[in-house]
Amino acid sequence: MSSEQMAGAAVLRSDRFRIEREADWTRLEEIVARMEKGKARRLSDEDVLALPTLYRTLLSSLSIARDNSLDAGLIAYLEGLALRAYFMVYGTQTSFGGWLRSFFGGGWSRAVRAIQLDIWIALSVMIAGAVLGYVLVAGDSDWFYALVPANFSDARVPGASVEALRGTLFGGQEQSGLGVFAAFLFSNNAQVAILAFALGFAFAVPSILLLIHNMALLGAMLWVFADRGLALDFIGWLSIHGTTELFAILLAGAAGIHVGRAVAFPGDRSHLEAASEAGKRAALVMVGVILMLICAGLLEGFARQLVDNTTGRFAVGGGMLMLWLIYFIGVGRDRRSRLA
Amino acid sequence: MSDTQAIAAPARPSAEPKFDRVMVTPEGVPLRVTVASGGMRAGALMLDIAIIGGLIVLVTLAALALLWAFGVTLGGDLEKASGPLQLLAVLWIISVFLFRNAYFLYFELGERAATWGKRVVGIRVAARDGGRLTAEAIIARNIVRDIELFLPLVFLTSGEASGTMTDLTAWAGFLWVLMFLLFPLFNSDRLRGGDVIAGTWVIENVKRNLGEIVAPMAAETTQDAGVPVARYQFSDADLSVYGEYELQTLEQVLRTGQEDALEKVTASICQKIGWEPGSGDERAFLEAYYTALRARLERSMRFGKRRKDKHSAPE
Repeated sequence: MSSEQMAGAAVLRSDRFRIEREADWTRLEEIVARMEKGKARRLSDEDVLALPTLYRTLLSSLSIARDNSLDAGLIAYLEGLALRAYFMVYGTQTSFGGWLRSFFGGGWSRAVRAIQLDIWIALSVMIAGAVLGYVLVAGDSDWFYALVPANFSDARVPGASVEALRGTLFGGQEQSGLGVFAAFLFSNNAQVAILAFALGFAFAVPSILLLIHNMALLGAMLWVFADRGLALDFIGWLSIHGTTELFAILLAGAAGIHVGRAVAFPGDRSHLEAASEAGKRAALVMVGVILMLICAGLLEGFARQLVDNTTGRFAVGGGMLMLWLIYFIGVGRDRRSRLA
Repeated sequence: MSDTQAIAAPARPSAEPKFDRVMVTPEGVPLRVTVASGGMRAGALMLDIAIIGGLIVLVTLAALALLWAFGVTLGGDLEKASGPLQLLAVLWIISVFLFRNAYFLYFELGERAATWGKRVVGIRVAARDGGRLTAEAIIARNIVRDIELFLPLVFLTSGEASGTMTDLTAWAGFLWVLMFLLFPLFNSDRLRGGDVIAGTWVIENVKRNLGEIVAPMAAETTQDAGVPVARYQFSDADLSVYGEYELQTLEQVLRTGQEDALEKVTASICQKIGWEPGSGDERAFLEAYYTALRARLERSMRFGKRRKDKHSAPE
């Protein structure tokens, strides 16, 4: 019996409706099932082209069925299929390569520019933290031991001799295992940056505390070296990777603050809407932060030990900073603002 | 909103009506979705952690095997092998970092938007507003996973290792980080922190088959006789005793088709409409009654009058 004959035979209008459209539904189901199994590439061109049309037809069938049919099984089937097809039509369709291109071609720098206010907040928090650490240790050197964990300090403690301190800054050429060290540093720093971002979710307070703590540590260390007249050398030692690493941590903290601010002060949007908008923007920044930390890890592991003089270190560190600034300020602006 | 209301009260709610939500597609059609329960999420997560753990163990074993191979070929002279050894260590650190962070990203960016654990449990990630699930959203929800999952683990293990877990403040800190882990249990959509940030939620997969037409026999008898419902004729009064709920219960009985259920339902319908129940022909009777009742209810439905169940007023 052909489907037309069956449609003629069915008593109920809603059953006739179903029999007339069944073939389209089954075809859509087959396409969706194949895509779900990850065989989307093996679909014929016809099927790929037909998918959106079949999906919209199905949605209209569903709307009609809801108003005209009391066949609960049929409606449940249509709803389920509509949902599955919806996920295929509105799935994550950007290919990884395409996404990467848009990310470097402006997506990242635009996201960074969009959280400018938070970057300034994070920057002032970081400077305040460093000054705080410096001032505290300058006032009473016992503060140093409270701020700096024991495994960081080794030779670098208040009252250490100039030679001992200089030894930690220069002369690391013979050190072996630089690659391992770099990879370890990256993994470690990336986790700190991720933490700074993720904690922003709790109204940004933990992010700010984390930034202050890490920078106070730096400030305390700076005092130890400044006390022996090695401030410039220490900054040089730090800057070779520090301009990249601190910039990355700055961005991570700013991303955290951005999310925290959106959660705390959503404006006229709902809390959830505001959080998800800010979160998606901040996530882009964070992918960039991870990449920056890879660079920083490589610089720290290799370049710092290979470039053994302060001038060279300043040159590398300053160069990296320039590079990042040019990228963030210049890349990915739309044409209108470039003309203006 | 009228569409939403129309499906807000489904005739047959799913097993857990408290997890049923309505999501509106970009075309404006509301679809019913079921939010994955806390247990499902936890189960999927356990599986994923086990898989990640397994992968890390595999990579470590592979690295050790390579190490052993180096040792054999170089005759214990590890000084010469420091280059390859370093490379091995770098690869190990990077692969562990990737497993920890990129595993979720990679699988949730795929067509099925689900990790292996989620696939086994039958759930997936979706955009809460019904729009496209973007790569940014997936990245955001997985970056936050770090504080929710790994922070308590690291906190506990490192605290345990350094012996500070005896401290009261350490336990307070642990409770605080645990709060993120248990966050999904404190909201009705089972959103974790990452879902809030990313605008996503995790919902159950659906896979329903298109059943047969409920009452095919009614159609055949019609075709043979040429006039509708030849064998059983129901009066208006016979059909006005039931509403949509009863119709759909009957549909289910017919779809499952168990003999004793058919008999029981036949008996109760006959009693209700004052017929003498015959025997041996229950299926034909029920199909005929179902078809007649559905035709009647659908007719009035097209005129905008619906009757929810037998207790509501006849149309």
